[in-house]
Amino acid sequence: MLRSNKFIKSICAAAIAAVVSHAAISPAHAVEVQRVISPDGIEAWLVEDHTVPIIAVNFAFEGGAAQDPEGKAGLTRLLAATMDEGAGDLDSEAFQSRLEDLAVSISFNTNKDRFFGSMRTLTPTLDEASGLLALALTDPRFDAAPVERMKTSLITSAKRNETDPNGIAGRALSDAMFAGHVYNRPTGGTPESLADLSAEDLRAQHAKIISRSSVTIGVVGAITADQLSAMLDEVFSPLPETSDLQPVEDFVPSTGASISKELDIPQTTVLVGLPGLKRDDPDYQAAFVMNHILGGGTFTSWMFREVREKRGLSYGASTYLSPYQHTGLLIGSAATRADRADETVTVMLEQLTRMATDGPSEDELQAAKQFLTGSYPLRFDSSGKIARQLVALQTTGLGIDYFDRRNAEIEAVTLEDVQRVARRLLQDVEPTVIRVGPVQG
Amino acid sequence: MIKTSRAPRPLPFSGSISTLRRLRRIMLALPVTLAIAASTGLTGTANASEPLQDDLIIAQNLNHFTLDNGLEVVVIPDRRAPVVTHMIWYKAGSADEPEGQSGVAHFLEHLMFKGTASHPDGAFSHMIAERGGRENAFTSFDYTAYFQRVAKEHLPLMMELEADRMENLVLSDEVVTPERDVVLEERRLRVDSEPGSRLREAVNAVTFVNHPYGSPIIGWQHEIEALDKEAAIAFYDRFYTPNNAVLVVAGDVDVADVRALAEATYGKVQRRAEPGERVRSAEPPLSGERRVSVIDPLVRQESVSQTWIVPSQTTGTGREPEALDVLSYILGNGPNSRLRKALVLDAEAAISAGAYYQSGALDDGRFGVYASPRPGFTLDDMETLIAAELEKLLDEGVSDEEVQRAKYSMIASAIYAQDSQTGLARLFGSALTTGQTVEDVQTWPAQIDAVTRQDVLEAARAYLTADPVVGTLRMPAAEEPEAAANTQATPQDKS
Repeated sequence: MLRSNKFIKSICAAAIAAVVSHAAISPAHAVEVQRVISPDGIEAWLVEDHTVPIIAVNFAFEGGAAQDPEGKAGLTRLLAATMDEGAGDLDSEAFQSRLEDLAVSISFNTNKDRFFGSMRTLTPTLDEASGLLALALTDPRFDAAPVERMKTSLITSAKRNETDPNGIAGRALSDAMFAGHVYNRPTGGTPESLADLSAEDLRAQHAKIISRSSVTIGVVGAITADQLSAMLDEVFSPLPETSDLQPVEDFVPSTGASISKELDIPQTTVLVGLPGLKRDDPDYQAAFVMNHILGGGTFTSWMFREVREKRGLSYGASTYLSPYQHTGLLIGSAATRADRADETVTVMLEQLTRMATDGPSEDELQAAKQFLTGSYPLRFDSSGKIARQLVALQTTGLGIDYFDRRNAEIEAVTLEDVQRVARRLLQDVEPTVIRVGPVQG
Repeated sequence: MIKTSRAPRPLPFSGSISTLRRLRRIMLALPVTLAIAASTGLTGTANASEPLQDDLIIAQNLNHFTLDNGLEVVVIPDRRAPVVTHMIWYKAGSADEPEGQSGVAHFLEHLMFKGTASHPDGAFSHMIAERGGRENAFTSFDYTAYFQRVAKEHLPLMMELEADRMENLVLSDEVVTPERDVVLEERRLRVDSEPGSRLREAVNAVTFVNHPYGSPIIGWQHEIEALDKEAAIAFYDRFYTPNNAVLVVAGDVDVADVRALAEATYGKVQRRAEPGERVRSAEPPLSGERRVSVIDPLVRQESVSQTWIVPSQTTGTGREPEALDVLSYILGNGPNSRLRKALVLDAEAAISAGAYYQSGALDDGRFGVYASPRPGFTLDDMETLIAAELEKLLDEGVSDEEVQRAKYSMIASAIYAQDSQTGLARLFGSALTTGQTVEDVQTWPAQIDAVTRQDVLEAARAYLTADPVVGTLRMPAAEEPEAAANTQATPQDKS
């Protein structure tokens, strides 16, 4: 009954698949985004491109590591590591062998807010690849051997983080700024929390997160809307209708801590943390432009010039915005000569103050806007990159025409906007400063 | 929940169509507009790549020619997005450095961003940034490369500025001295702070005891400290010349346009030097066991590696390099690899285990295996298990099925590689600066296709029977690896 129903649906897919919206992308002229809705009502955004015989499918479910139950930190990450380790009748080895034989890759990952998946296939193996993806999503086995293997692997990573300067600094920053919130649970878990996780926990977390109602999908490559429509029903229709997520509260990160951790290495890692913005904040684009001038990744930022070029204090010095669903951070980082770590911190903090009080010049603003608008097309040069962005547009609610609007939004940022957002983010706030390195003096 | 159950489908290489023919069909399905550049009016060029027929070709529409001053040019059209990757590759890496000046190739790479007479004070970087471009550079044993990724309309400017700094670099002590500090910090960051990196550096040094591949690319600390403006300029004047460089342009371009632009920019740069043949001190056969251990309280996961010197794509003869490629796949890549199956899945003794073949080198390359023990197992266990697998391999060889599986997966990865413009540009740039030709790279799938199980066995017996260099990363003995024992939190008020 079910079978014939599905059969009818799939042969009618061509007629039913509603391609309701087209939006031309200005930064990547040849590209247009189609909204595809399957007969069963599953929506995906598609960029169809037959240049190379590859199909990239990316998707995200609401609910990431922030959904780890108390005392079970790392559960969602373990779920991501085990969902491709056997499903249906195929045990771990059989499942992985099928992927290898087909030259298909399927992988899962998580951050604090979302659970991500991706699939890559060549065109002739689309059906087989979709079948395996459906199996992994609907019927993962969580057999004892692969679960133990993945736990051991994650425990090893967690232990490595305990002696890695970036791992220690990141943990210290989280403890200082996310204290008391579920975001402070380590996404990758701790050796202790991971050791107790079971297949039952994995099944419960799978049921909690993986559902039709909370999935967003982006697809790029050599696939038509009709083919995609059929594939969406095959892969995502069998999922349970709704997920069972715990609500997560919005919060403002704590500030003002100064924390030093000793580690016997010849360098000091510095992190400077401040509250940032969520992606849906009306000031986000202004903050993005401001951050670019302050420390955003190019060889021309204030941090790079002052810390590296003028003083040779560090190989890298940068800042970035880290938006989450329920809060945001602005983080500065450098790894510096231990005997000049204080000087590095001072120089970094001076840049924050200077941005809040003086702000950039009109020329610097123009240069930043030119960079950010001019570099936008570079995000569209491979299938995977575009597929990930199609998912991000949906999860952040930016809209199907965002690729078109985005550069205009950056262009519209004024000096006044940058000054306002710099004051909002950088003035009258005591940054949290983390140092990890050898003892000085 | 509805369970999806389905009958297993036939494996792609178990049907009547052979694996390779099937993959060829996929490749040949690429639009013809992408396929061949032979009819673009450039057929008269000296080295224009002729299309190879009825075979798997990487970057079929690539074009390749040489300017009068000796600059080799590779153009790889990719029209999917209006962007271009522009790369200049110099046949000069750390293995080309003068004795006692390790790190000068990489130091010069940093200094190349400082400016020229007509574009001083890092103007190039500013002009790239103003146009939304991305840039970077990297140094290896055999090459140094600089690249920008920009919207296609900025390509002419990139070519003009990159050609300018090929001959007009200006350095002062004022910019050189802080940059040397930056490089020393980079070394502390990448090597000194990482026990695993320190081990790799040491293993490398005892693997190549006479050949310059034994010195670290970034340089030994005391030799970096002694580098100065004069050393950098001497290296620059010796190697940075059009007849020692390869230009790679990949992206939304016309071959004819790139050729005209190349002639108008790089074509104006005179031959500045004749670097001559790249002959390095050869590695002698060595007696004795070579083992290196790095023991550090920061180590949380122990590991062991075994390294052999083997022919590279360039020094290997016949099907040897491709056979080593297939061997490394069968031994240590993918979910069915022998090491993974034996150590990770069956014995449940290792967290990870694998093999690699570093094939891209002007002189010899390296073949390696590695493993990390699960709790309850030791590095000795790893060595015993690896030895058993190697012995089995050397005795019995590999199966046809293993060879087929490896070939399918490796050739499919070549198709996936076409999705990355920058990846393709790097593939050709690194090959041409390590003694390979465009055709060598383009026909790699066919070369892999030709490998037989006999080739694999012969390659294994030829090289893996020698004593490897063994490297181990260890925690201090007899001490509980107490998490963050010396890590102390001291929250304090900021004053």
